[in-house]
Amino acid sequence: MSSININDKCIACKLCVKACPFDAIKIEGKRAVILDNCTLCGVCVGSCKFDAIDFVKDETENAVDIREYKGVWVFGEQANKTPAGVALELLGEGSKLSGRLGAELSAVLIGSDVERTAKLFIAHGADNVYMVDSPSLRHFNDESYADIFVQLINKYKPEIVLMGASTYGRSLAPRISSRINTGLTADCTKLEIDADKRILLQTRPAFGGNLMATIICPNHRPQMSTVRPKVMKALEPDFTRSGNIIKPDVKVPENLDTKVVDVVSSLTQMVNLTEADIIVSGGRGLGDPKNFCLLKELAKILGGAVGASRAAVDAGWIEYCHQVGQTGKTVGPKVYFACGISGAVQHLAGMSSSDTIIAINKNPDAPIFKVATFGIVGDVLQVVPALINEFKARLA
Amino acid sequence: MNIIVCIKQVPGTNEVKMNKETNTIIREGVEAIINPFDTYAVEEGLRVKEKTQGKVTVLSMGIPAVAELLKETVALGADDTVLLSDRAFAGADTLATAYALSMGIKKIGLYDLIICGKQASDGDTAQVGPSLAEKLGIPHTTYVRKIEELREGYIRCQRMTEDGYEVIELALPAVITVVKEINEPRLPSIKGMMRAKKAVVTVWSAKDIGADLNLCGLKGSPTQVVSTFVPVHDVHSEMIGGQPEEQAKRLAEILLSMRFETGA
Repeated sequence: MSSININDKCIACKLCVKACPFDAIKIEGKRAVILDNCTLCGVCVGSCKFDAIDFVKDETENAVDIREYKGVWVFGEQANKTPAGVALELLGEGSKLSGRLGAELSAVLIGSDVERTAKLFIAHGADNVYMVDSPSLRHFNDESYADIFVQLINKYKPEIVLMGASTYGRSLAPRISSRINTGLTADCTKLEIDADKRILLQTRPAFGGNLMATIICPNHRPQMSTVRPKVMKALEPDFTRSGNIIKPDVKVPENLDTKVVDVVSSLTQMVNLTEADIIVSGGRGLGDPKNFCLLKELAKILGGAVGASRAAVDAGWIEYCHQVGQTGKTVGPKVYFACGISGAVQHLAGMSSSDTIIAINKNPDAPIFKVATFGIVGDVLQVVPALINEFKARLA
Repeated sequence: MNIIVCIKQVPGTNEVKMNKETNTIIREGVEAIINPFDTYAVEEGLRVKEKTQGKVTVLSMGIPAVAELLKETVALGADDTVLLSDRAFAGADTLATAYALSMGIKKIGLYDLIICGKQASDGDTAQVGPSLAEKLGIPHTTYVRKIEELREGYIRCQRMTEDGYEVIELALPAVITVVKEINEPRLPSIKGMMRAKKAVVTVWSAKDIGADLNLCGLKGSPTQVVSTFVPVHDVHSEMIGGQPEEQAKRLAEILLSMRFETGA
């Protein structure tokens, strides 16, 4: 069994105690002791200046012959033949990664009547599109999509598989990785390649964004990640690019235990927060639920979506689907307006990766100002109408 | 109906305080709590039980101290609690966690519905629910905001999506992961707290559940953390003063000069 052991070189300096993210080391007598809640993360080993911590790892044999696995794959997520923004972003990122590896970039496209979508993926950087086209696959289904995806992985053996950290991607990816027993890293915000070892370095936030971790999957293939929307950049489409549309011979599963019987789009058109470039969010500082109409108006002028803090949602001022933050949605727009939001850590966890943050709050000490690119101390009910007038005049 | 709810122990706060001198994390005095998302899973399990005359078993994997959190769910109405606790489980990633939970669930035996929170507040991965369903070879759906209908061998529920929701039917047994919108968790009753005091948490080791040690803990985890760091939020803030009209004018000028594209 793997373990972390303290050897005789320990002088009880406490550096490891402070370094441990899990509070799992204490000093007993003149020596550090590893407690039961140690998760074997290994942070302490790097913190020790005296070479007093031994990390004994069980040898893990390669589960598969990793040299057989080549190429970078992107899940070509789409709905009604329209690709998800994150799928195009991943093709942009995937083309960089495949370039570093000297390998091909492929999209996996599952759907019904999606040939035009396949061409769009080629224009956005795919060398190949593995297209599985059947009327029964018109709508995303965890069970059938996972089944087909696994057949493709087993047949073509990609070394890397990327999916958007969307509702579907976060549900499909773990189902697949669990079936083929490989590693999966969630919600990555940065991907790099160690070209010599052909290893994907996957960096992701943990603890609500307060800690970043870089994760690898050295002995299993494919290396799988879900990647947050709005972090990677899509390529400008080039419709003169050529690529192969491959129609692989797979078995489309029937008699499923999972059925999608209805798909309901929200009545408010302005909810798709994860794909929005501009978000206007409101909190309890709005004073009254009816003041959300001001934010809706500003969002409409700017072509943005409306978000909300947990406090506003819990008070029943706006529906849960608008909630940004740890218990709601994670967003990363180009511009985020926080109107009357104080900026609790849980809220910051959901929006602090936005490119530009504008905070409007009457309390100059509100924590939201610490992450704001631009801050306005003032009454939301005066500043927002003034902004509406200003943008109306300028964008008319 | 027999329901199994999976819960995880997480730190009560995600605020990572830094010791600036040593560039290390201060985590002293942080209490352990039930992952907030899992409290909705427990509540939903109890509601299903009340409607169907069933039984709720709450399952967790972790250090021995997690037993105290499991007892809290007894105070809410859980019938049984099981803790998988063994040093062999330490260092598990989501795959190894799902494996261990699946072995625990197989030992528990009869179940119709497994409910998990949508994700844990410390790791935020949302991977264990779907991975667990796969290990058990049963269907799953995620982000459930409402159970519309539930009967022998059948569940119909609403899954939240980016721009609305879907209505999904699953054959039972199945795994669902739930979002906050699904319910409002109850508080423990006095009677429940009395019951919790006397409750005995069943603790199983890797051997007890017949787990293959090669698939548990660090050894069973394909992913490895190679480094961790605290992100530097080097935000250059600019405060805009003046009257609302002046502030609005200045902000509009700045944003439009950044040439951000509006969809309007």
